[in-house]
Amino acid sequence: MSRMIAVAAAGICRRYGRRWALTDVSFEIPEGALVMLTGRNGSGKSTLLRVLATAIRADRGTVRVLGHDVRVDRDQARRNIALLGHRTHLYEPLTALENLAVRARFLGADPSRAALLPRLEEVGLGDRADDPVQAFSAGMRQRLALASVLQQQARVVLLDEPYGHLDPPGFLFVDDLLRLLRQGGATVLMATHLLNRARNLCDRGLVLEAGRLAYAGPAAQIPEPVLADGAGFAEGA
Amino acid sequence: MKDLLAALRKDLLLQWRGRAQVIAIFGFGAAALLLFSFAIGPDSAALRQHAAGFLWLGLLLASTLALAESFEREMEEQALEGLLLLPASARGLYYGKALANWAHLALLGVAFVPVMVVLYDAGTLRLLSLLWVILLGTAGLSAPGTLYAAMTSQIRGRQTLLPLLLFPLVVPVLLAAVKATSLLILGDPMGQLRSWTTLLAAFGVIHWAIGGLLFGRVVED
Repeated sequence: MSRMIAVAAAGICRRYGRRWALTDVSFEIPEGALVMLTGRNGSGKSTLLRVLATAIRADRGTVRVLGHDVRVDRDQARRNIALLGHRTHLYEPLTALENLAVRARFLGADPSRAALLPRLEEVGLGDRADDPVQAFSAGMRQRLALASVLQQQARVVLLDEPYGHLDPPGFLFVDDLLRLLRQGGATVLMATHLLNRARNLCDRGLVLEAGRLAYAGPAAQIPEPVLADGAGFAEGA
Repeated sequence: MKDLLAALRKDLLLQWRGRAQVIAIFGFGAAALLLFSFAIGPDSAALRQHAAGFLWLGLLLASTLALAESFEREMEEQALEGLLLLPASARGLYYGKALANWAHLALLGVAFVPVMVVLYDAGTLRLLSLLWVILLGTAGLSAPGTLYAAMTSQIRGRQTLLPLLLFPLVVPVLLAAVKATSLLILGDPMGQLRSWTTLLAAFGVIHWAIGGLLFGRVVED
């Protein structure tokens, strides 16, 4: 039985000024799939994730998330998407717990300490719950940002370099998180440069080259040139 | 309403965490009031005559710092974008922040009154009326100020752009607030206070309504 399409992109184009960051990008991701997105720096990975997350609009083309056109039905699409971007979406002067509580209130969830502390423990920040984010290292911020992504319980999860700034135990934590999301039925699209690691975890892969989709297919068969020049080297634990 | 209350709570908490900055902004406004008094010299009648204008100019200058600061925390890690993607209602986020900014500016306005009394020998016994005028005037500053602070928060040179855009827009509010405050300090033999406060309230309603309508377009791509 064929699975429902979770994300469908058709002819997406996006430009910054006169430079096209994405040109005619089309693909489909079935529900529950774990997909890696790779490509060189500046190839358009982050832009693509931000377009899919409705953070920015595509200049041309359409995006449907779980059947909702992101232009027409943006709020409904947003209810189903969680984005971990390059910027953490955190308030620096607030504590880790307060940051989660702020988001919980908007999500209509329980903002109490008892409800949120387990989420922080899940990402290894249980003992730093009352410390302000401005005192956190980059890796700790990344863990907290991942906790806020999990808090949304979204059906489509977009992760932009989730291994960024993390230590080797953090790498393993992200691996477990991806497996957990998959078990929960979420669809995950993850931009990463850790090719070998991602190929072992993901079932599908997308490769962007200068804003164009150069490959879409099984992750295990991503063409070798992408793996050249030491890419995928030193992937931590 | 849920989003408005959540945003208000979040913004008040952020202001509380940044209270050192609130004190610094008060210091800046008080320094401006002091410098205005130097410009007039020791003529106590003239000082009293211009006290209301100086109070509101000091508040206007301080407000640009306070309003810009309120978006600084939103932009550091794109936290505002994170809330919009939840999705939180842009209108709720606007009114929450505008209310928090209103509380901040009103507090500054009230704190400037004793400074004005000491520097300009300009006081009034109608304290409730003065508080009402300060509330109405700061409402007229915070609504467009929050909108323009959002608009300029992602632009280089925002410190210059915010006052450039905001000042012309709030001239009517400023004139009405100065006139109403002046009537309270110098006396109101013709009973004009009510019409000036009504005008202030009208400007406030217009600014708050327009701000809520436009904020989504300002902060979304």
